[in-house]
Amino acid sequence: MMKKWFIQAFASLALLASGVALANEVHIDVKAPIKMTDKASLQRGAKIFVNYCLNCHSANYMRYNRLQDIGLSDKQIKENLLFAGEKVGETMRVSMNPKDAKKWFGAAPPDLSVEVRARGADWVYAYLRSFYKDDTRPTGWNNQVFDKVAMPHVLYELQGIQVLDHETHTLKLEKAGKLSPEEYDQFVGDLTNFLAFMAEPAKQSRLWIGVVVLLFLSVLFVLVKKIKAEYWKDIR
Amino acid sequence: MADTRKIETTGLLGWIDSRFPLTSTIKGHLTEYYAPKNFNFWYFFGSLALLVLVLQIVTGIFLTMNYKPDAELAFASVEYIMRDVFGGNIIRYMHSTGASMFFVVVYLHMFRGLIYGSYRTPRELIWLFGVGIFLVLMGEAFFGYLLPWGQMSYWGAQVIVNLFSTVPFIGPDLSEWLRGDYLVSDATLNRFFAFHVIALPLVLLGLVAVHIVALHEVGSNNPDGVEIKKHKDKETGIPLDGIPFHPYYSVKDMVGVVAFLMVFFAIVFFMPEMGGYFLEANNFIPADPLKTPPHIAPVWYFTPYYSILRAVPPIGISQFPGVVAMGLSVVAFAFLPWLDKSPVKSIRYRGKLYKRWLTAFVISFVILGYLGTVPGDVWGQFGPWMGRADRATVLARICAVVYFAFFALMPWYTKKDQTKPVPERVTYK
Repeated sequence: MMKKWFIQAFASLALLASGVALANEVHIDVKAPIKMTDKASLQRGAKIFVNYCLNCHSANYMRYNRLQDIGLSDKQIKENLLFAGEKVGETMRVSMNPKDAKKWFGAAPPDLSVEVRARGADWVYAYLRSFYKDDTRPTGWNNQVFDKVAMPHVLYELQGIQVLDHETHTLKLEKAGKLSPEEYDQFVGDLTNFLAFMAEPAKQSRLWIGVVVLLFLSVLFVLVKKIKAEYWKDIR
Repeated sequence: MADTRKIETTGLLGWIDSRFPLTSTIKGHLTEYYAPKNFNFWYFFGSLALLVLVLQIVTGIFLTMNYKPDAELAFASVEYIMRDVFGGNIIRYMHSTGASMFFVVVYLHMFRGLIYGSYRTPRELIWLFGVGIFLVLMGEAFFGYLLPWGQMSYWGAQVIVNLFSTVPFIGPDLSEWLRGDYLVSDATLNRFFAFHVIALPLVLLGLVAVHIVALHEVGSNNPDGVEIKKHKDKETGIPLDGIPFHPYYSVKDMVGVVAFLMVFFAIVFFMPEMGGYFLEANNFIPADPLKTPPHIAPVWYFTPYYSILRAVPPIGISQFPGVVAMGLSVVAFAFLPWLDKSPVKSIRYRGKLYKRWLTAFVISFVILGYLGTVPGDVWGQFGPWMGRADRATVLARICAVVYFAFFALMPWYTKKDQTKPVPERVTYK
């Protein structure tokens, strides 16, 4: 009994201590080019996501037909983004079994529906630019933003191969890819922009509803102030 | 037995009034409830707390229609509400913003009580019911925070339930009994859901009802802390400084309501995460019992008490002293009516001592609140001369001492304080 109590107390102590331990957060010094109104960028990002990410990463809360919000018609979605007979009303699933995924990569690829809300767009953007070659890793890749990440650099053909300069802690492009550095930044920028949209598709609409609501309340405020003044004019 | 009641109304209303005290209730609580005419800004927050309560209940009902209290489905059902339920994102943000704003208005409402001595005789019971409301509200917020089943929900609940396991002897069994499992799990989620949507709201509504009934029995305090019932009109018996709650305060509170809603909806529509204070980023990662987040922090409204918990050093390996201190820091408010020995109620007529102590208390509360959101080593450590103690922890300890001293020394400094003469009638400032 006493021993069990000690173990429990110690466990809770450890939990509290873990609350105290500083999060091992990496300082992100780049700003993701988020522009929710740029439909062309969002559409490019959607295409990149479906082609490069959606093989391993699901977006289980995102329906294909929600892409109407970024200006795609059901027909366009069907013709350009659905490859395996999915229906437009379905969510973006992957057929990979999470157990297999864990066996192959050491960690199941996380669902990306709300990744930007969990990590922040800047983190995602920096992450996608920060892969470097590291032969000590099983995949041959490491990431400056996410150390010892299980994911290999899927986009290396486009970005080229970066290496880490251990003196300056900066990344250097060792072998150029199909895209120039500027083009690659735009490429992952579009992808990040889309991931940000996907994290909260209703964001744009809530912003304008908010403007209407606040305008209504401003008018109402003037009116209730006048009513109050009318009732209170005799009180002193 | 003859009916001795005099019913003055006729027609349908008369029919109702002979069977139910409708007119007399409306009169007693609204049209002939006389409130002091000098209420200021601080008196908006009572009615605003009631407004937020209603908002939480209504939005909560709609959320319940689509939420699934199941460890496998909970996280997904919240995203379903955010994406596929019509207006679901706004309802959900109203509920999550409402939770934080509830504490904002309640803290301001309590502060009003502190500065104007609203807990003093004859209002001790109102205050005690209020402390009860505050405690239940904390429970309600805690249970509700588990429901989205994100990482912060999960580990926050894990930490808080584990606090109970520090109770000597019965602790481990107690926390297991609370969880219904060896760790926070589906069983925990189900019971927290039950507490959040029915058990605590019922208690909360009951406490709010008796809070208001007790208030209307003795009448409201006011910024001068004088009793308006001492000076009544000789013929009508109406307090000379009193005005009917309706229409005067109902229309005045409408101004407060609209102003509050402007702030509320600005948050709901433009910054529902409030920079991570209202909705934490980690909570967008589904709960994972195998992965402890590097930094677990409760939501901002709990952080002052959480700071106190962390600030108290353990005895041996037992964290129990910290848990007791945290509990005391919340319950301490209940003792105020008996700790305050000042001859005056309102801060307007109190002396420098009380003002200084109150200022120190508020500053400590805010600092503790901030420190509770960050890791203890956020500012690094002192040098060897201080035993390399965490700077933030040392500050938290100082603030915790001030926090408790505010209560513990109150009988002394309120008695010693140089007060000013209190006017007979209410004033405007």
